[in-house]
Formats: sequence, C-alpha cells, structure tokens
Amino acid sequence: MADPVLQVKNLNVSYEINRRWVSAVRDFHLQINAGQVYGVVGESGSGKSTAAKAIIRYLAANGRIEPGSSIWLAGDELTSMPLHALRSIWGARVNLVPQNPGAALNPAMRVGDQVAEIIRLHGTASRTEAQQQAVEALRRVNLPDPESTVRRYPHELSGGQQQRVLIAMALITSPRLLILDEPTTALDVTTEATILDLVHDLIHAEGAGALFVTHNLGVVAQFCDRVSVLYAGEIVEDAATQDLYDHPLHPYTMGLLNSVVHPGQTKRDRALSVIEGQPPALTDRPEGCAFAARCPLAVEICQTRPPLAPAGDGRLVRCHRWQDVAEGAAALSDTKAQDAAVDDNLAESREGLLQARDLSKHYAIPRTLRDVFSGSTPKPVHAVEKVSLHVLRGRTYGLVGESGSGKTTLARLIIGLEQSTSGTLDLLGIDINRGVRQRPSEVLSTLQMVFQNPQNSLNPYLTVGQAIRRPLIKLRGLSRPEADREVERLLRDVNLNVDYAQRHPTELSGGEKQRVAIARAFASDPALVLCDEPVSSLDVSVQAAVLNLLARLQEERGTAYLFISHDLAVVGYLADYVAVMYLGELFEVGAAKELFNPPLHPYTEALVSAIPAPDPHRRALRVRLSDDIPSPREKPSGCAFHTRCPRKLGPICEQEAPPWHSDENDHFIRCHIPLDELAVLQGQALMGKEE
Amino acid sequence: MVRFITRRLVFFLFTLILTSIIIFTLTRVLPGDVARTMLGREASQAQVESLRQELGLDRPLLMQYVDWASSFARGDWGRTFSRPRQEILGLVLRRTLNSARLAVLTLMIAVPLSILLGVIAGLNESRLPDNIISILALTMASVPEFVTGILLINIFALGLGWFPASSAVRSDAALFEALPSMWLPALTATLVLIAYISHLTRASVIQEVKKEYVRTAALKGLPQRTVVFRHVLCNALIPTITVIATSTGWLISGLVVTEFVFGYPGLGRLLMFAIEKRDLPTVQAIVMVTVITILVANFVADILYAAINPRIKLK
Repeated sequence: MADPVLQVKNLNVSYEINRRWVSAVRDFHLQINAGQVYGVVGESGSGKSTAAKAIIRYLAANGRIEPGSSIWLAGDELTSMPLHALRSIWGARVNLVPQNPGAALNPAMRVGDQVAEIIRLHGTASRTEAQQQAVEALRRVNLPDPESTVRRYPHELSGGQQQRVLIAMALITSPRLLILDEPTTALDVTTEATILDLVHDLIHAEGAGALFVTHNLGVVAQFCDRVSVLYAGEIVEDAATQDLYDHPLHPYTMGLLNSVVHPGQTKRDRALSVIEGQPPALTDRPEGCAFAARCPLAVEICQTRPPLAPAGDGRLVRCHRWQDVAEGAAALSDTKAQDAAVDDNLAESREGLLQARDLSKHYAIPRTLRDVFSGSTPKPVHAVEKVSLHVLRGRTYGLVGESGSGKTTLARLIIGLEQSTSGTLDLLGIDINRGVRQRPSEVLSTLQMVFQNPQNSLNPYLTVGQAIRRPLIKLRGLSRPEADREVERLLRDVNLNVDYAQRHPTELSGGEKQRVAIARAFASDPALVLCDEPVSSLDVSVQAAVLNLLARLQEERGTAYLFISHDLAVVGYLADYVAVMYLGELFEVGAAKELFNPPLHPYTEALVSAIPAPDPHRRALRVRLSDDIPSPREKPSGCAFHTRCPRKLGPICEQEAPPWHSDENDHFIRCHIPLDELAVLQGQALMGKEE
Repeated sequence: MVRFITRRLVFFLFTLILTSIIIFTLTRVLPGDVARTMLGREASQAQVESLRQELGLDRPLLMQYVDWASSFARGDWGRTFSRPRQEILGLVLRRTLNSARLAVLTLMIAVPLSILLGVIAGLNESRLPDNIISILALTMASVPEFVTGILLINIFALGLGWFPASSAVRSDAALFEALPSMWLPALTATLVLIAYISHLTRASVIQEVKKEYVRTAALKGLPQRTVVFRHVLCNALIPTITVIATSTGWLISGLVVTEFVFGYPGLGRLLMFAIEKRDLPTVQAIVMVTVITILVANFVADILYAAINPRIKLK
C-alpha cells in the first residue's frame, strides 16, 4: 500500500484555562490512507474538534501541541513547521469542509471570487482562467447554473448550495487530506444525503484521505471506513466501522450505540438505553479510566489508567475489561430498559383535544415600486395552507418536514404567537384561533411549549426555581410555599436533584437545561405540550434520556404532544401519529408505525431513505431529491411536490392538486398515484436494496 | 433601490419641515422683540411698531412661517441685521464652503489613520498595542477641543513654527492660500474623530476575526495581510463607513469651538458672531444649513450602508 496520507502519533493538546494548562487531547493516534474515510466520533467536549484542529495546526490562541507529538501529512512533519511554511500546506494539501456553511463563506464577496482566490493562490492560473475554473468547480459539485452562481453572494444561496461551494473550494486544489468537521449537521436530512453522496464520490475520484469529525453515528455507519471513538480527550476504541458496530468492545461505545434511535424503533418496543452521569470536565479528569465513573462494568482496576491495547484485527481498545467483553463474560444489561417501555394500547379510543380545520397562514408581501406603477399586488406567501389536524388526549402527534415546510409556523399558530389567515382552531371545544394575549388563562395553562434551544429559552437571570415557579403561581394560582413544594416535585419528575432550584441556567449542561424547560412546560399541568425540535441540539446519549423522560411523563400524566422534528427516526420513536408537511401543506397522515412501511407518499419515501441508519449493514434506499425545497414565494402549481418528485406521473401532477387517498388503517396519502401502485413501486425498491 | 431611496427622501423632507418649524417657533417665542433689538433702547414705540409692520412681525405666526419657509426655499434669505447688512445667502454659503474644506482635510487625515489604528488594536486585542492605542485615543477624546487646540498651537506653531498659529484668513481666500492655516484646526478635529472611529473599527475587527469565514480564508493558505485586508476589512468597515458619513455632517457644522480657537472663518464661527449680535435671520439660516448638512450626511450614510452591504436587499 502507498504511504499513508496522514499519520498522527502521540498527539497531546492542552488549553490554557485560568492560567493553568489543561489537557484536552491525550495520546491520540491516527493513520489515514489514500481513499480512506476515517471517522472521529464523540459527544461535545470529547476533544474531537480539538484533535482535528491540532492536526492542521489551527488551534485557538490559548491552545498548544505538547512536545513529543508528531503529525506527518504526505511526507511533511507539521508540528515543527513554521507558520509561513504551513500556509503552503493549507489549501493545497489539506482542506477543511466546515460545520456551518453559512458562516464559513465571506458574506461580502461573490462565491466565484472566493473559489477563484484559492485557485490563483496555489496555481498559476490567470484571473480569467481562475474564474473559468471556478465555474467548472461549481459544475462538478452539481450546483445548478454555475455560470450565474459564481456571481452570487453567499446569502443568495441555500445552506446546501453554500456547502457545495465550500466542497468545491476544498477539492479544487486536489488536496491529499480533507477534514470534514460535522459538514452536514446544519443541513436538512435530504440535503445531508445528497451532500454525503457527493463528497463520497469526489473523495474516491481524487484518491484523497478524509478525516470525518461527527457526533452522528448514523452518518459514520454509512460513510466511514474506520472509526475512532473519543471520550474525554482519549481514544477509547478504534476499529473498522463494521467491527465497531457489530462487536463494540468498550462499554462507552456500547452505551453510545445503544442510545441511538434506529429508524423503525418505537417507544412501545422499549425505552432507550442511557449512559448515566456526565463526562468529566477537562479540569478534573480522574486519574484512572476516564469512563469508570459512568461505566456499569467498572471494577477496582479501573481506578488505574488503561492502555490503548491491540484487540486483534487491527482494533484498538482502551479498557481493562475488553477481553471479558469480547468473550461475553461482561455485558451491559438491558432489562431496566425493557421494563420502561410504553405499553398502552393504541387502539383504545381517546377524547379529542386539539382540532385544527383548514388552518392557513398567509404572509402579505409588500408591494414594490414596480407593482405600484403596474397596479398589481404580489401574491401572498402561503406558509401554512389548509392544514387539518386532530390531536387526541395523551397521544403524540409527530410533524415532520424539511426546513421551510411550515412546521414551525403551524406550531406558532397553535401556541398563539401568530394569527391564522383562515380556518378554525379549537382546544377542548374552546375557539383559540387568536393571539396568545387574547386567550383565557385556562387555555394558556392547558397548552405549553418546549423550545428547540434551551440556551435561549431560559431567562439567564432567573434561577431554575424561579423559572418553574412562575407558571405555578400565574397559571395555577398556587401560594408561594405550595409553589415551592411543587417545584421540588417537578424537578424530581424530570430526574433533577431538588437543589437545582437554586441554580442559574449557566450552571447547567444542555441536557439539564432542556429538562428544566420541560419541567416548566409541565408546571401548569397542561393537556398538550408543543415540542419544537426539543432534542436536536443535544448529544446522542442526552437525547435518549430526554426522549425517555418525555415518554414517561406522557404515560404518567396523560399529556398529549405535538412533536416537531426533522429527525424521522426520533419522530418514529416517540409519535403515535405522524403528519408529513411540505411547503405548508400536509401530504401524509397516519399511524407512526406505518412511517417506515410502504405505501408512503413519494416525499416521505425520500425523507425516510435519506436517514443515515446507524448500522453499516443497512444501506439506505437511494431515493434522492434533486435540488432544494422551493421558496414558498414560488410555490409550484398542482402538486407542490411535483418539481422534485422522483415518481412524477406527468402533466397531471403539474396541473391538479392531488386527492387524498386512505387505506383501511386510517393512513392518508395525498398523491395522484393510487396507494396500491405506490406500495408496489416501493416494494420493488425494497427488493432492489436487498440484492 | 428606488423604493428605498424614495422612502428615505420622504423621511428627509418630513424631518426638514419639522425642524424648520421648531427653529422658527423658537426664534419667535424667545424673549426680546426683534424690532426693539434692531432699533435699540432709544427708539420710540411708534418706530418699533412701524418696523414690526415692515418686517411682517404683526401678522399671524402661521403666515409668518409660510412666508419665511417659502422665501428660504427660493433662496431669498434676506440681509443680516448687523452691519454691514450683507446678503445672508452668499455669506452663509461661503462660510459653509470653508467649513466643508476643513471637513474634507480632516477626513483625509482622520479616516486612514484611525482605521489603521483600529485594525492594529483589533488584531492585538487586549495586548500591548491595543492597550496603548485605546488609552491614547480615549485620552484625546476626553480632552476638550480648546485644550488640544491650544496645545497644538503651542507645539507646532509657537514651538516648532511649522504652521501659522492663527487660521484667520480672509473668508473668500483660495484653497492654496488657506491650506497652510488649515492643518492645525484639522488636526484638532482629527484627534476627536480618531478616538471614535478607531474604537468602532477595533470593535468590529474583533468581532469579525472570530467569524468562521476568516478561518476559511486563513486555511486557504492566504498570507495574514490578505486575510485582513481582503476578507476581514470589507466586512468590518461596513459600520465604520456609516459613522464616517454621519460625522461629516458634524464636521461641517459642529466645529464651533475649534473654529473659534483658531479664528477660522467657517460656519461655526459665523454662528457665534450671529448669536452675539442677536442677528436672528442669520442664526436661522445657519441652523437650517446645519440641519440640512446633517440630514444629507445621514441620508448618504444610509444609502452607503445599504450599497456596500450585499446582504441588505433594498426594499
């Protein structure tokens, strides 16, 4: 085999925090060959980003690489290289595809100029040649109409298109190594799938090596050849992807893999496994095994630091007990998880709670000067169009769709932050189709919300106790001592210690903040809680714990959820019913257990097949949507989905709005293709996959 | 774009009308009768009355305002009360031109210098160069203009003898004739502006260098000065340019103290004399010109901000 593209040995990185050097990455080893995609997986704070930045010598000003570390990139040793020499490596032999494409492009510079800049820097192309090559580079990453795209500014492109520009920029100089730093985390699942396909093809065409930093175990399974799992700055396990997923040897890897929601898994199967506790802070890492405090298999020897030991087949594992695990003498017990599964009967009839009929929200577009002269009025944007929903008591109603599909606008209509344009909205027979300030307080206490980002939805000046007490006093009319007792009960309910009432949000981790937000939502004893992407900003293991919590609270209290998410596996897990939204309209409504079984609406089919399954043996169906979701301002005629539909019939889809079909299981699909035909088509696709 | 400018223009006109009403009312309700002031203590009541009639001061206020505003718009600004009774229009415009000259010279010194200092300070956040620049700039800003002005005269005029101490040139002097005497007042105004502009540039450079696109640029392998000048500055200067445009209005009309210290024949000094002599029509005209320059400067700042920032879609 050829020389490795990247060889990292004994990498140690420290940060200076409060005048103390704190180790962030310890004894990191890595070897990437040409054409290989190497995953580095870990939760926030695991040191994965620090390791990636250290490898390209782009650490923050307070970071340093300790002596004794070595980084060989295609024949050059980087740790001792002076800055001016590094500049001839950066951009030429190693390139980075970043996490937030929107922030990573210069907003005041045309994208073509940004691509041409790197061509000119590392080549001999003239200005016009570089511009020409930039057009070709954009064509290669499948950007539509590259000749005009080069003249656009970043804000005129969608997130997926921006990421394509960055990929074009990263590959134009034919680098030996590509660092992919969570390149799809900020993108929709459909865009993620097409971007990953593209990167995969291009890396193989170029013969470059790639270091893929991510927290998403599904993406790793589908995309990486080999994986390193990081915990508290150390590699705990390193193996070929299939070996790691089939037979994880480290208890942390096992816990992580168990806590992932698999597509098709539901809360009725079993509760999700959770890794108890939290990773240690950088500043007080234990002397021994960093994971021992949370490890169900920990024994006395784990108080000493285990070596990164070879475990056969080129695997490495940092655990004193890996042999016990490999021989089956030690395993994580799953009994506790099984007990916690939800076991109520879905067939049992429930009272109706929230009823929306033909709910619409149109935003007027201001007239331009040209409109004034020509006397025309621009058509309003149909953000939500004739949506009917029926949420039952104690059930979870999942709402899925790409960003821009109108999910959040619908939630804002229901919670009262926006006023609908037409349609009706009832809660327990009371008309609530009005702003939140006009709603009676019984409605406010019946309807609560948990927001996506707990960092922003908790007031930093209030303690946890004050935040939860407010709805207790305002909405439930409790006295101060009663409210204080109730705060304690609520904190216990969300598995937080009662002394958290005295803390401020800055003293909590992301998962703890979301628990507080949930406790606050439950304070007024609501019948319906709107959850807008409540777990999408959380780490995998924390996400599992919060999903379990939501499932348990629902069972205990009979609360209904309207659960909005772009993550279909998560929705499939928690929801009883699912509605699929596209450009403001519903296209499929049915029981959640049907979400992964045909027949499906072609849009749902594309969403499902875009999920990266956290299982390397399960290759996703390759239904890919072309380009991005259209702007709601230019909503296509007929079936709104016809511009991207892989199963489009013909002119009928462009001209006529599709009818609703339903089968005997109350599964509704809106499409011109009859259900039985859809089932046959999708059955064939499934057969094709198994071959 | 057209829509944006028309909307701004409508705002502009409204502000102008509103301020003109305020200015007019203030000069009318102020104690002291204009006719009495003009004629002096010894004049008889009959003389005062006849002058009031002649000046139209006996008519209703609204009529007086409309008259005043329309003749102002036509360019008929009348003559000064104080002798020699000159045409106000020519006088004020000549002085405005002088002030504008001084403003341009000040900007030519202040803008490159303070942007440079701001960038150096911003790139070295909380380190020695930043601390030195920030402390010096703040010191300059907190010392009043008449102190810095006198200090500069002592050093550069009386001490080193590089520039004349007085800027009292004829008000219709040609540029080459006036230029040597303009350096010291320009420098005084620069010291005030530097603190402001460099601090703003520093803040936005600090904000911009932390952004991810700067990392993208650096990891292309670009040398640091290219990263700073091509990538950071074109974003960091967006707020700065707006502030520069706005401060041009202040430079033209607000350098009262500086012009007085140096005896420079600008708008500010004219205003002082007019106030001293209770020359109401002149004061009104100067204040109106001041309002117009500041409004124009803000108008230009708004349009510049939108024009140089591709993210703002003009609506």
